[in-house]
Amino acid sequence: MQLYAACTAAPAGFEGVSTTAKATSSEARISAERLTHLQRLEAESIHIFREVVAEAENPVMLYSVGKDSACMLHLARKAFHPSPPPFPMLHVDTTWKFKAMYEMRGRMARESGMELIVHQNPEAKEKGINPFDHGPLHTDMWKTQGLKQALDKYEFDVAFGGARRDEEKSRAKERIFSFRAANHVWDPKNQRPELWRLYNARKSRGESIRVFPISNWTELDIWQYIHLENIPIVPLYFSEMRPTVERDGLLLMVDDERFPLLPGEEPVMRPIRFRTLGCYPLSGAVISEAATLPEVIQEMLLTTTSERQGRAIDHDQAASMEKKKREGYF
Amino acid sequence: MTETLSDASRASAYKAHDLIAEDIDAYLLQHQHKSLLRFITCGSVDDGKSTLIGRLLYDSKMIFEDQLAALEADSKRVGTQGQEIDFALLVDGLAAEREQGITIDVAYRFFATDRRKFIVADTPGHEQYTRNMVTGASTADLAVILIDARKGVLTQTRRHSYLARLIGIRHMVLAINKMDLVNYDHAVFDRIVADYRAFAAGIGIDAFIPIPVSGLRGDNITTRSDATPWYTGPVLLDHLETVEIGDDPASTGPFRMPVQWVNRPNLDFRGFSGLIAGGSVSPGDTVRILPSGRTSTVARVVTFDGDLPVAVTGQSVTITLADEVDCSRGDVIAAAGAPPQVADQFETTIVWMADDEMLPGRPYWLKLGTQMVTAVVQPPKYQVNVNTMEHLAAKTLGLNAIGVANLSTDRPLVFEPYETSRDLGGFILIDKMTNATVAAGLVNFSLRRAQNVHWQAIDIDRDAHAAQKGQRPKLLWFTGLSGSGKSTIANLVEKRLFALGKHSFLLDGDNVRHGLNRDLGFTDADRVENIRRVGEVAKLMTDSGLIVLAAFISPFRAERDMVRSMLPEGEFIEVFVDTPLAEAEKRDVKGLYKKARAGQLKNFTGIDSPYEPPENPEVVIDTTEMSPDQAAEHIVARVLWGRSEIPDDEDPDWFKGRGI
Ligand SMILES: Nc1nc2c(ncn2[C@@H]2O[C@H](COP(=O)(O)OP(=O)(O)OP(=O)(O)O)[C@@H](O)[C@H]2O)c(=O)[nH]1
Ligand SMILES: [Mg+2]
Repeated sequence: MQLYAACTAAPAGFEGVSTTAKATSSEARISAERLTHLQRLEAESIHIFREVVAEAENPVMLYSVGKDSACMLHLARKAFHPSPPPFPMLHVDTTWKFKAMYEMRGRMARESGMELIVHQNPEAKEKGINPFDHGPLHTDMWKTQGLKQALDKYEFDVAFGGARRDEEKSRAKERIFSFRAANHVWDPKNQRPELWRLYNARKSRGESIRVFPISNWTELDIWQYIHLENIPIVPLYFSEMRPTVERDGLLLMVDDERFPLLPGEEPVMRPIRFRTLGCYPLSGAVISEAATLPEVIQEMLLTTTSERQGRAIDHDQAASMEKKKREGYF
Repeated sequence: MTETLSDASRASAYKAHDLIAEDIDAYLLQHQHKSLLRFITCGSVDDGKSTLIGRLLYDSKMIFEDQLAALEADSKRVGTQGQEIDFALLVDGLAAEREQGITIDVAYRFFATDRRKFIVADTPGHEQYTRNMVTGASTADLAVILIDARKGVLTQTRRHSYLARLIGIRHMVLAINKMDLVNYDHAVFDRIVADYRAFAAGIGIDAFIPIPVSGLRGDNITTRSDATPWYTGPVLLDHLETVEIGDDPASTGPFRMPVQWVNRPNLDFRGFSGLIAGGSVSPGDTVRILPSGRTSTVARVVTFDGDLPVAVTGQSVTITLADEVDCSRGDVIAAAGAPPQVADQFETTIVWMADDEMLPGRPYWLKLGTQMVTAVVQPPKYQVNVNTMEHLAAKTLGLNAIGVANLSTDRPLVFEPYETSRDLGGFILIDKMTNATVAAGLVNFSLRRAQNVHWQAIDIDRDAHAAQKGQRPKLLWFTGLSGSGKSTIANLVEKRLFALGKHSFLLDGDNVRHGLNRDLGFTDADRVENIRRVGEVAKLMTDSGLIVLAAFISPFRAERDMVRSMLPEGEFIEVFVDTPLAEAEKRDVKGLYKKARAGQLKNFTGIDSPYEPPENPEVVIDTTEMSPDQAAEHIVARVLWGRSEIPDDEDPDWFKGRGI
C-alpha cells in the first residue's frame, strides 16, 4: 500500500511538459507508420491471447497441427515473448492423422518450449473405432468426446481454438470468447454480447470458454502470414507425388498400411496436396502442381471451391457444423 | 444464375484474376497494402440486410461453387423466394435463423475487391436481438442502414441509427431497399430520404449517403441500375470502396497503453504487455503509470521480431521501464505530460442488454480496458425514447433500453471520455451471479471536481512514516451518545500513549465543528458529511504514521463503516462507549439533554435523532462498569498488545521486507 496525496492543482511542471511538445513528435511518427491489415490482425490476436492468460485459471491451446494451428501457435509465441506461452498445447489425437503431422507436432512442441499433452479417447481406442468402419461415430468419439474428456480431465477452463469465421456459416456467427455451459454445449441463440475489445471471461465452476484468436483471419490472410513470417507447416500442403485411391468422389491418400484396399483397388501415384488436414482417411486431396507457398496461394485464389469441401465432416448433413458445436465439438 | 452477375463485377474479378495468374507476388504485395473497412448492415426486421450482404458476397465473387450449389438447394428448401436464390441464406447460418427466415445473431463475413478488404457484420433487425446489433456496431467504421421502400422510416430504423451514432460510427449509408417493389419510384425515394434527414439531424447525423437499391435484384449494389436513371450518386460498392475513413483519432493523441499482463520470464526481465490504445511510444519517453502516478522512462519496446524504435496505436507490444516501479494488470502506462484522468464517479450512457432489468444499488462487475472493478449504478437520470428522442423519467432500465445514469466504482478507474477513446471510455457490466454481460456503457465524464487532480506519488510512503515513528498507525474511533464519555476517555488514552512515546493526535467532534466543519449543522445529510470529512482527515493522519483518536457521536453505522473501508484492514478500531441514554441524560455534563427535552435543540441524538449502535465493535466500554481510567488502560492494552493484535510495532521483524 502506498501513499498518495491528492493535490488541488497540477504540480509545477506538469502542465509545461504536456501536450504541445509531446503531441507533435508523436504525430510525426504516426504518419510514418501505418499498420497493414495483417499487422492489425496480428495485434488483435496477441491481445486476445494475453487477455485469456490474465483472466483464466487454467488455459490450454488446442493444437491440431494444421496451418491454422501453426499460425495460432506462432501468434501465441509472439504474444508472450520472451517468455514461452504460459499454457500447454493439447492435441486431441485420433491415431488416424497423417504421419507427417505427428512429426510436425513433435518438432513444434520442442521449438516452442511448451508442454504437449496428447489425449486419445481410451474408449474409442478399446473399441477400435476407425473412420473406415464407423463413419460419423469416428469423429464423435475420437474428437468430440475425446476433447470433452481431455478438458474435464485436466480441468482446463479456457481452450484456444484455431477456427476462423470465414470457414463456415455457423462459425461466422460465433463470438471470439465463446461461452460453453457445463457439458460444453454451445447455445448459439444466447451468446454473450461482445463489444469493442472487451471480453467477458467470467464463468462459474464447470463452465468453460472457447477462445478463437484468429476469428477474423481469412484463409488468404493465413497463407499470406505463413509466407511473410516463414511459419513451418506440414509438407502435405505442398504438391508431391503421393499414393492415392479415389473413393466417393474424394481423393484419399494411402498414408499407412491400415488403409483397407478394396478388392482390385491399387494405390496410384498422383501429384496431390491438401487444403486442409485431418484424419487421413477423411481428408480429400486435390490434384495440384503447387509446390511452393506462392503457388499454393495462387491456386487457392483461383480455385472455385471452398477449403471445407475436402472435409467429409461437413457433408454429413445440413447445418452439421452447428450441430456438432452444440454438442461440444470445437 | 449467371445472368444476375453484373458485367462490372465480372470485369473487376477478372482483372484480379489476371494478376493472380500472371504475377502472384505482385498480387500479394498489392493485397497486403489494401486498406480495411469494417461496416455493418442494420435497420428494421425484413428490410433486406442479409439479402444485401449475400448479394455483395455473390457479386464480388466470394462464393465458391460448392457453396453456391448448397445455396441453390437451400433456397428451394427453406428460402423465401420460391425457386429463386435467397441470398439471405448465405449469411443466416444458424439453423433457427434459416427455419424462421430471420437473423438472430451477427454474422461476420469477409470479402475483398481490387481496392479494399471488408469485414461486414450483418446484424439482426428484431428488437429482441438489439444487443447483437450493438455487438456488431462496436467495431464498425461505417453503417449501412436499410429501409424497406414500402415501409419507410420505422422505430427500429431510428433505434439502430441512434445506437450506431452513440457507439461512434461516423459514416452512414442509407440504403432504400426493395425499390423493385415500388417501381423504382423517384418520389418514394425522395420522401423517405427527407423523412430520415429530419430525424437524423436531431441525433447528430448530419451527413449520410442515400442510395436506392434492390438487394434481391442487384440494382445499384455493384453496378448502376437502368431502372433508376434519376439517381446520379455512387452505387453501394463504389462508395464502400472509396469512402475515406481516416485514422482512429486516438492514434494522434498522447500515448496510452492499458497493461494486460506482466511478462517475467526471469529475474532480469520485467515487461508490461498491452495493446497501444493511443499515441505512440519510443525508448527514452517519460511515462506515468496510472492510477499510482509514478513516472519512469521507457527502456525498450520489445517484440518477438526484435526491439522497436517506435510503436504506434493498435500494436501489441511489451514495454520495459528504466526503474523498478510498481505496475500491474489494470494499470495504464501513459505519456507523463498528458495522462488520462482517474476517478471513481461518472456520468455514463448505458445500453441495457439483459432480460432482467438493471438494479440500481446492486454491485456489478465493470470491465473497462484491462480494469475490473465493482460498480454501483444510480437510478437513471432519464431513458431515451428512441422514436422521439425524448428524455423519459425512469427508475430502472429494461432489456434494450438506453439511458443516462451516474455510477460509482469501488476503486479509482483510469479512463477517458468515450468520445476521446473507445478503449478507455467503453465498458461492460457483468452480473456477479450469472457472469452474463448485462450492459454496455460509455463514460461521458467524471463527476468529481477533482477529475483533473492526479494522484501524486510520494517517495516517503506511509510505511516509511510509520517506521520512523516506531509504531503502527491506527484510527481509534470513539462512538457513543452525547455525554457518554468519549472525549474524556479518548483524552486519557492519548495521555498514556504520549507517555509511552507514541505519536498521536486527538480529533474531537466539538473542536472540528469550530473550524473544518463549521459550515455543517445537525441534519442527517450534514452529519454524514461531517463524518466523511473527519474520516478523510483521519486517514491522512494515519498515512503520516500517527495513532489517531477520533471522538464523535457518529450515530450512523453506514458512515462509520465508510471510514473503516477507507483504511487498510486492521487499522480502524471502533470503540463503542456504551452509556445508556438514561445514564447520559442523568449526567448531562453540558446541559444539552435538558435543552433538547425542552425543544430548544433540534435533531439531538437519542432524543429526536436516532443512534445506531455498532454491531461488531473492536472494543466495548461499559461506563457503568468501568471508570474512565480503567477504560483508558483497557483500550491502550488492546491497541498496543491486544490478544487479537500482534504487537507488530514492538516486533523488529515487522520492519523487514518493507524497504526500510
Ligand atoms: N423484392 C425484394 N425483396 C427483397 C429485397 N431484399 C430482401 N428481400 C426479401 O425480404 C425478405 C427479408 O430479407 P432479409 O434479407 O432476410 O431481411 P433482414 O433485414 O436481413 O431481416 P432480419 O435480419 O431478420 O432483420 C426476404 O424474403 C428477402 O428475399 C429486395 O430488394 N426486393
Ligand atoms: Mg438478416
